[in-house]
Amino acid sequence: MSAGASETHYRRGLNRRHREWLAAALFVAPDALGLLVFLGVPMVLALGLGFFEVTGFGGIAFAGLDNYKKMFVDPLFLDSLKVTVTYVVGFVVGVFVVSLGLALLVQQKIPFVGFFRSMFFLPHVVSLVVVGLVWQFMLTDGVGVVNQVLEAVGIGGRSWLGDPQFALATVVLVSIWFFMGYYMIIFLAGLQEIPREYYDAAKIDGARSWQLFRHITWPLLKPTSFFVLLVSTITGVAGLQAFDLIYVMTKGGPANSTSLGIFYIYQQAFQFNDYGYAAAMSSFLVLLLLAATALMFVLTKGGRFETE
Amino acid sequence: MISSAFKGPDEVNSVNLIPSAPTLDNFRYVFTEVPFLRYMLNSLFVATTVTVAALWFHSMAAYALARLRFPGRDVLFFAIFSTLLVALPIILVPLFILVRELGMLDSYVGLIVPAIFNAFGIFLLRQFYLGMPQELEDAAFVDGCGYWGVYWHVILPLSRPILAALAVFFFLANWNSFLWPLTITQNQDLWMIQVAISSFQTQYAGAWNYIMAAATVAAIPTMALFFVFQRQLVESIKTSGFK
Repeated sequence: MSAGASETHYRRGLNRRHREWLAAALFVAPDALGLLVFLGVPMVLALGLGFFEVTGFGGIAFAGLDNYKKMFVDPLFLDSLKVTVTYVVGFVVGVFVVSLGLALLVQQKIPFVGFFRSMFFLPHVVSLVVVGLVWQFMLTDGVGVVNQVLEAVGIGGRSWLGDPQFALATVVLVSIWFFMGYYMIIFLAGLQEIPREYYDAAKIDGARSWQLFRHITWPLLKPTSFFVLLVSTITGVAGLQAFDLIYVMTKGGPANSTSLGIFYIYQQAFQFNDYGYAAAMSSFLVLLLLAATALMFVLTKGGRFETE
Repeated sequence: MISSAFKGPDEVNSVNLIPSAPTLDNFRYVFTEVPFLRYMLNSLFVATTVTVAALWFHSMAAYALARLRFPGRDVLFFAIFSTLLVALPIILVPLFILVRELGMLDSYVGLIVPAIFNAFGIFLLRQFYLGMPQELEDAAFVDGCGYWGVYWHVILPLSRPILAALAVFFFLANWNSFLWPLTITQNQDLWMIQVAISSFQTQYAGAWNYIMAAATVAAIPTMALFFVFQRQLVESIKTSGFK
C-alpha cells in the first residue's frame, strides 16, 4: 500500500524516516514553543519568584523565605484561604447536585425539553462580567428586583452583597447558576452512554425510579461524576471564573468576606506591586490545588476514568 | 437586563418587565459618550485572531502527535498534557512579568499571543485524529502528497465539524475573557469589551440604565452566537467531557 509513497520519498536526498521527523518537528514547533514560553517559563518563574522581593518596575532582591514566612502571619491571606476553601466546597457540591438534577430532568420526555436545555445553558454563554453586573443590579440593597419580589411574598429582603454573612453564599449561588448548564451538558453526555436496555430490564423487574437511579444511573455515571468533580474543583480553587464575579460584584468585600485567595494575590501583585509575595502565595495555591485533586482521587477511589 | 436597558433612569429600579416608556437613549449614550464600538472591535479582532491561530497551530501539532512517528513523541505529548492543569490565575504574575520583559504590555500582540496556546485544543484534536481512518492519508501519499499536502488536503477538510465546534468555543471564551486583558492593558484604546463594561460600572455607579445597556451590548453577540451555533457549542463541551 505504501510502496508508492516510500518511492516518492526516497527520490529526494533525505530518507523517509528523517523526512517524517522533520515534518513532525515543523508541525509541532509553533505550539510547543508557545506553550513552553507562555506556560512553561511562567510555571518555573512562579516557583522561583517567591524567593525574591520584586518591587514595581525594576528593583529585585533576593528575599529567601521572607515571602513565605510573611504569608503565615498575614491574617488577610489566612482569611483568603478560608474563603477559598468555603467557596470551593460550596461551589463543587452545589454545582454537582444542581447540574446532575437538571440533566436527569431534561433527559425526561417532557414538553419543551429543548427549550429548557437551552435556557439552563444560556447563562454560561454570557460573560461573567455581565452576569456579575446583572446579578448585582438585581440584588441591589433595597431596590433590587430580588428583594422587591421577596418582600412582595412576605419573606423580606436582605442586603445580599453588603452583609458579610451572605455575600460569599451569594457569590457561590451565582457561580453555580453560571456553571450548571455546562456541567448539565457533560452529565447528559454521560447519561446517553448508558444503554437503555438496562433500564427496560430493571423496569420489567419492577424497579422504581429511585432504584433505577441508585443501581443503574449512579454507578454507571461514575466516570462522568469524577470528571465533573475534578474540573469543578480546579475551576474553584484556581478561581479564574470566581475572580471575574468578585471583581465586579464585591471587590472582595464586605469585610474581606469574599476575598478569594486568587483575588488577594491579584491585589498584592497589581495594586501593591508586590510580585514576589504574590508569587509565593500562588505557589501555595498550587499546593492547595494538588492537595484537593489528590483528596478527590482518594475519596473516589481512583476515579476510574478508564472504565468508560 | 434587556428590559432595564430600555428603561429611563427613573423607572430602572421598578419590577415591571415591560418598560412603560421604552427608550433607546441608553444605547445612544453608550455608543456616543463612550467609544464602545471601538471596544467591541478590539474584542472582535482579538477573539477572531486567537481562534484562527489557535485552531491552525493546534490542528498541526495534533496531527503530528497523532499520526507521525518521531523520537520523543510520547514524552512531548505528556509534557503538553501536563499543562492542562495550569490555570491562568496561578501563573498570572510571572506571565505578566514575562510579557512585560518581552515588551508586549499594552499591545494587541500581548493580548493575542499568550491566549493562543493551550493544551486543551491540542488534546481534543489529537483524540479526534486518532480515531480517523488511515486509508485516506495513505491514498494521498500514493498520489504524491507530502506531509503538508496530507494535512492540508485530507486532515483539515475531514476535521471541519470539530474545528467548527472548537471555533465557537474559543471565540466565546476570548470574547468573554476578562482577567488577562484587565491585567495587561492600561491604554484605553486597547480595552476589550469586558474590561470596558467593568470600568463602566465604577464610573457610572448606580446609573443602572446605562450599565444594563452596556451589558446588553456586550452580551448580544454571545447570545446570538449561542442561538446560531448551539449544536456546535454543545458538541464541543460534550467531547471535552470524554477524556
